[in-house]
Amino acid sequence: MSGELAQFLLSGLTVGSIYALVALGFAIIYNASHVINFAQGEFVMIGGMATVWLLAAGLPLALAAVLAVALAALVGLLLARFAVQPARGASVVTLIIITIGAAILLRGLAALVWDKRIHALPAFSGEAPIALAGATLAPQSLWVIGVTALAVAALWGFFNRTLAGKAILAVSHNRLAAQLMGISVQRVLLVSFALSAALGALAGILIAPITFTSWDVGVMLGLKGFAAAILGGMGSGPGAVIGGLLLGLLESLGAGYVSSAYKDAIAFIVMLAVLMLMPGGLLGGRAAERV
Amino acid sequence: MRGLLALAAVVLLAPLALANNYHYEIAILVGLNAIVCVGLNLLIGYAGQISLGHAGFFGIGAYGSAILAARYGWPPLASLAAATAAAALLAWLVGRPILRLRGHYLAMATLGLGIIISIVLTTEDGYTGGPDGMSVPPLAVAGFALAGERAWYWLVGVLLLATVWLALNLIDSPVGRALRALHGSEVAAEVAGIDSARHKLLAFVLSAAIAGLAGALTAHYAGFITPGKATFLHSIELVVMVVFGGLASTFGAVVGAAVLTALPQLLTVFKEYEMVVFGGVMMLTMIFMPKGLVPTLAALAGRRR
Amino acid sequence: MKRYAWFAAALLAAATAVQAQAPIRIGAFLAVTGPAAFLGDPEQKTLELYVERLNAAGGVLGRKLELVSYDSGGDAEKARTFAKRLIEQDRVDLIVGGSTTGETMAVVPLAEAAGMPFVSLAGAVVIVEPVKKWVFKTPHTDRMACDKIFVDMKARGATKVALISGSGGFDKSMRGECLKVAKNHGVDVVADETYGAGDTDMTAQLTKIKNAAGMQAVLNAGFGQGPAIVTKNYKQLGIKQPLYQSHGVASKQFIQLAGEAAEGVRLPAAALLVAETLPDSDPQKKVVVDYKRAYEARFKQDVSTFGGHAYDGLMLAVQAMQKAGSTDKAKVRDALEAIRGYMGTAGVVNMSPQDHMGLDLTAFRMLEVRKGDWALVQ
Repeated sequence: MSGELAQFLLSGLTVGSIYALVALGFAIIYNASHVINFAQGEFVMIGGMATVWLLAAGLPLALAAVLAVALAALVGLLLARFAVQPARGASVVTLIIITIGAAILLRGLAALVWDKRIHALPAFSGEAPIALAGATLAPQSLWVIGVTALAVAALWGFFNRTLAGKAILAVSHNRLAAQLMGISVQRVLLVSFALSAALGALAGILIAPITFTSWDVGVMLGLKGFAAAILGGMGSGPGAVIGGLLLGLLESLGAGYVSSAYKDAIAFIVMLAVLMLMPGGLLGGRAAERV
Repeated sequence: MRGLLALAAVVLLAPLALANNYHYEIAILVGLNAIVCVGLNLLIGYAGQISLGHAGFFGIGAYGSAILAARYGWPPLASLAAATAAAALLAWLVGRPILRLRGHYLAMATLGLGIIISIVLTTEDGYTGGPDGMSVPPLAVAGFALAGERAWYWLVGVLLLATVWLALNLIDSPVGRALRALHGSEVAAEVAGIDSARHKLLAFVLSAAIAGLAGALTAHYAGFITPGKATFLHSIELVVMVVFGGLASTFGAVVGAAVLTALPQLLTVFKEYEMVVFGGVMMLTMIFMPKGLVPTLAALAGRRR
Repeated sequence: MKRYAWFAAALLAAATAVQAQAPIRIGAFLAVTGPAAFLGDPEQKTLELYVERLNAAGGVLGRKLELVSYDSGGDAEKARTFAKRLIEQDRVDLIVGGSTTGETMAVVPLAEAAGMPFVSLAGAVVIVEPVKKWVFKTPHTDRMACDKIFVDMKARGATKVALISGSGGFDKSMRGECLKVAKNHGVDVVADETYGAGDTDMTAQLTKIKNAAGMQAVLNAGFGQGPAIVTKNYKQLGIKQPLYQSHGVASKQFIQLAGEAAEGVRLPAAALLVAETLPDSDPQKKVVVDYKRAYEARFKQDVSTFGGHAYDGLMLAVQAMQKAGSTDKAKVRDALEAIRGYMGTAGVVNMSPQDHMGLDLTAFRMLEVRKGDWALVQ
């Protein structure tokens, strides 16, 4: 039966990696601006759909993917500049609603500009399943897991070793102090949105060969990514990754060993239990609150 | 009080503008949504909590009443009461542990709760009819079936006025002041002697009960209920209505519900551009009127005087 | 007095003339966006295309057709509100619509109360069983699909079957029907797994199915992207038993999404999918080829059976109006019920007071994916 367990673990890791990428997008934006960007899932959608379109227009896959990521980053920039920035003084709930409106707008545009059908991307390195520990893995899954790991490592390097990354972290800790240190909070906002969008788009391109893409693929993925980010502790990069992987594994193991009909419910129940015990998420820690 | 009288006048006079049953239907849906939103506003606007799972309570009310009336033959008034109580009970049970969370964590927890409820409703198709939904018998009082849009319009109108009256009185009572103190600063409120956990739970349970009641009424009115009413998308719609109309403004909640229920009907002229226009309207309104429709307009009116 | 009579007659004649020129309004509520856009989008396009064509050919009963359609997004309550709008505000003569069963069932009481002929485009058997006076439907029922599949499975010697289905209305309804009729075919259901609407990976469920004792065939009741993912995972896990899909994925898009993994998959579908390869002697050939060519030429997209159901719905409505000689709702309803031998994209339709769908099992063909395209299984 260990072949079964291995299968569940592998598929859980694959799905979990996608959730991790989306969750990272949430975390980065939250860190820079305390905004929960409900349009994060639409960046995933833009990545996949734009690549499909560019590919169909005749571009090679790699170029199409790069351009799609750039397009998503641009959309992220526009969203930050014209939707989030003007409303910066508003309450958290207002900002959330603005991003929800943006998500609806983007979905509507996608349905118009592209179409409402489901599309697939070709697998990056073929479809021949790889046998591993008594289970089988699609080669694309290795791409997903591998590129996610690379992205996480690159982000860690960015945030801890580069000045730009440290500036973003500074803003997340204390905006006023960061401003006093000469950091442009506005630029940090724009960069964080563009970066999150690029991450989301990357996730969308990676999974399109396995799970397809369509104009509304962002809804579910955005929700799960948000859940993963919260589970790991909102604002924590490693937390987002762990939350994502954990959510994917919970779903897969829940489907395999308990009930496939209730697997989403199981994942959410576990998450609720975790939150009850650790109100700041897994890695959120007890935040000190100024009274 | 003046606001309540104005609302009563609107409810009384609106039928002059309602030309056919379709118009009445929209009015009834506006009323039902407004009832939920007024309750939700108590939680979000006044108590300063957040719930992204209120459609779950709506669904429990709807399905609770539907199942008791259709499958177990309960008289609709009894099933209505029982369903509302069920929603309140669930809120009471999960409220205490959940309300210890703050901000985004609370949002996610309520979102998760709502999703779990909607999954259960969709999966237990033996009771609920599954994703294709189930038929619901009409509301009947002592053998008199409440049928037809006009009868329902008056019922919903009266209930809306009652809910608004209840909310306004609650806000002006010691409980309401405690809630507002909580919103301002939970620690300061506790220092002043307010039991924050109890008050948060009260707001949560009350808003859940109101949502459950509205859900049950919707089920009996439409004669049909599907799990679509308990999904997180509906929860988010409700929050948007409350914020759009104006947080901490009971009439704001009513206006928000009215605008966002009627808007999609008006936007059908845009056909395939409907989503784009709707999203755009949401964004622009919140960017330029971040406090919501009613408080912003009230401030403008106040400034001119 | 006579002068007034003459005047009144002239007025009446003028009114009748105006009425005669008034367009026939066909109302529709379809899931053009949302999770069932797979259904509603081709339905909408088909209705638009054919209303245009009918008008270009002179209309119906000397009057133009006008299509009033709304997007329900697959939501039953929105569908109900729009149906009420169609009945009360837009005052349509007939409704063709209801992409999903949930939407249709929510509207059935309205249609019955208002005496509005309603041709549904949704699949579940509950729409016409028990028969409702004003409600008809054009697609095959999910029960018929189960019957067709089980017959084919038995013919290949498979009696122990595993089910895997999604959480949507179509999926659950078909799963329920298959569980009910399995006994009639001597089929034993040895596993019953489900997945969620937006799920991206079904290997966990399929692994359990693979290990189910004595499993000989698998039936996936679903539509949208789920079945395509199931098919890919099926191949990835190396499951050798035959895989059957439902008519919910009867479109070229399924093959495009599932890729090589779709080879050998069977499903019951309308002849529309293999239109050009039908033998010339096939009575359905002309109808399906015409529809396929018209749709693909106009929309540059592969034809789908769901659009075909909308075509059938519209044509049945038009034929009923022509036979009734008017748009009087009661007469049109009676004419609809009396339709015999109408050849549509779904098959031959024989309505009756007990059967408001009119298709029989011959309307379903068993298709198999061969070399990346649909082929008829003889």
